[in-house]
Amino acid sequence: MSSALIVGVLTAGGTYLILQRGIVRIALGFTLLGHAATALLIAAGGTSTRGVPFAGSGTEAADPLPQAFALTAIVISFGITAFLLTLAFRSRDALGHDDVEDRSVPEDRSFPAHYDRHVGEREFPHS
Amino acid sequence: MSTLLVLPFALPLLAAALSVLWRHHRQAQRTVSYAALLTTIVLGVRLIGATRDGEAVATAIGAWPRGLSIVFAADGFAALLLTTTASVSLLALAFAAARGEDRHPLFLPLADVLLAGVFGALLTADLFNLFVAYEIMLIASYVLLALRGGRRQLRAGVIYVAVNLLASTALLIGIGLLYGVTGTVNLAVLRGVAATDPAATLAAGVVLVAVGVKASLVPMHGWLPRAYVEAGPAVTALFSGLLTKVGVATLVRLTSVLFDGDPTWQPALLAVAAATMVVGVLGAIGRADIRGILAFHMVSQVGYLVLPLGLWTHAALTAGIVYLVQYIAVKGALFLAAGAVETLTGTGALARLGGMIHTRPMLALGFGLPALALAGVPPTSGFVGKLLLIDAAFDAGHLLLGATAVAVSFFTLLSMVKIFNGVFWGETTEHVRHERTEGPLGLAVPAGVARPTSSLLADKVEPRRAAQLIAPSVLVGAAVVVVGLGAAGLIELAGEAADALLDPTRYLEVVSAA
Repeated sequence: MSSALIVGVLTAGGTYLILQRGIVRIALGFTLLGHAATALLIAAGGTSTRGVPFAGSGTEAADPLPQAFALTAIVISFGITAFLLTLAFRSRDALGHDDVEDRSVPEDRSFPAHYDRHVGEREFPHS
Repeated sequence: MSTLLVLPFALPLLAAALSVLWRHHRQAQRTVSYAALLTTIVLGVRLIGATRDGEAVATAIGAWPRGLSIVFAADGFAALLLTTTASVSLLALAFAAARGEDRHPLFLPLADVLLAGVFGALLTADLFNLFVAYEIMLIASYVLLALRGGRRQLRAGVIYVAVNLLASTALLIGIGLLYGVTGTVNLAVLRGVAATDPAATLAAGVVLVAVGVKASLVPMHGWLPRAYVEAGPAVTALFSGLLTKVGVATLVRLTSVLFDGDPTWQPALLAVAAATMVVGVLGAIGRADIRGILAFHMVSQVGYLVLPLGLWTHAALTAGIVYLVQYIAVKGALFLAAGAVETLTGTGALARLGGMIHTRPMLALGFGLPALALAGVPPTSGFVGKLLLIDAAFDAGHLLLGATAVAVSFFTLLSMVKIFNGVFWGETTEHVRHERTEGPLGLAVPAGVARPTSSLLADKVEPRRAAQLIAPSVLVGAAVVVVGLGAAGLIELAGEAADALLDPTRYLEVVSAA
């Protein structure tokens, strides 16, 4: 019951945040959603299929998979959050703000003249 | 043989590590990346041989007890896709080298990571590993898309990342729910759970919807045309051959194992397939740039690819596999040809192009043949695939659906003719006459260097580089005709793979014994 509540509240908060326009809010929203998924994975472990995770409470080993899943999921969501924040940082550099739906960015469908300007030039001058 | 199954996943990761170390030696980066891909192709061909007649191979990684270990497995379907995706990726990387797109020191490492994720997703027999493989693939693709770092790439990147991340979270939650219901993520144990247990059906439904986003099924397709066109041409070709197709392959695998061909949800799948076909092809009409049109057709073609899931007959699955295999190559080639046009002329807008058949006749061939295959015109492989698919739809009694597929093909042909008209026929325009000879990075011509403007073939890209740009698509164009004329072999392989999907007993036996 308590894990259901935790997952529900986290998902609600995360969903609200990812519907916002700023990239930082979206990143925070995905952090919450990631926590919701982690909590759900742990809750999914249960004790119905394998033993309980307390020493001395039984002969059967506890279910190691949910912990492994949760750890993997945490690492992945950590990496993604870092990437999203980098995007926010870069768009503050490039646009002056982190608003995704900024209409001042040209919607030109044609091929810009300086198409490849950024490839291998700016961050890696030695290449 | 079976222990070699880890190589398609491990080798690209190793290549990625090495090419990060050698990031200042592009030739070394290329060598290790191509070597990893070539090994995968050789292994894929051998796997196709080893999985004939419904045979399957599997291996468990690490000496973990059964149920905890990570299992990699391949049947005919996985082997065919592995070989095709690896071959198309090799062409896309060769094209990236010709364009100079791999000059970014992180391009090849990221492409290698992407490939590891793709091959891992094709070979894994474990749902959680499927999620991990997807994440590996997507993280690399996020960065590849934003690599060019312009304002529009940032915007497209945010849309792409947000949508795919939401889908990934849904996938993880779906897998967590499935684990909560069944206590396992091993496909061997999960056979048919979604067809019998309502709670498992709900969990598997979440997984299917999440994968559907990645396969860009309507109504979850909006991100694809907005994001793909903003990446570099070689990256778009790489994505088009890999990402959505892996989504489709996963949908096929899940339908085969989790749902065990349960007919309950077939009408829904058929409706989604039809909607995807129609919406994608109509969206393409509104675009006036090559890659924009092609990106919408990508959505449309996914409809054809999931059609067999709704029919789930031997004929439909055979057709679906034939279509999927040839389509991966065709779409890759179209994006490569589009990339070649953009690299040579500096524009992808149809209004600024024209008469390119006079300056680059081979490129016209390299675009034209795959375009005919996309529309399904004989004697190309696309014709064989579509004929079988539409025949299977009519045989299953879905007349309206078959008719929709035919009608969508006509619209596809219309779009392809529109591109061909705009780029290759007509008067030679300024952009076509004066190719961008400034070098791979599009560096500006120094002031004072006059460019001849009079003759038709005034400034052309040097022949060797032009050949490198054009060759990949011409190669696929030739293959498309060869496969179209001699499709019997492919159909036979696809038929055997289809049987193994309809009755995955052997595959799952091998997985649980691994």
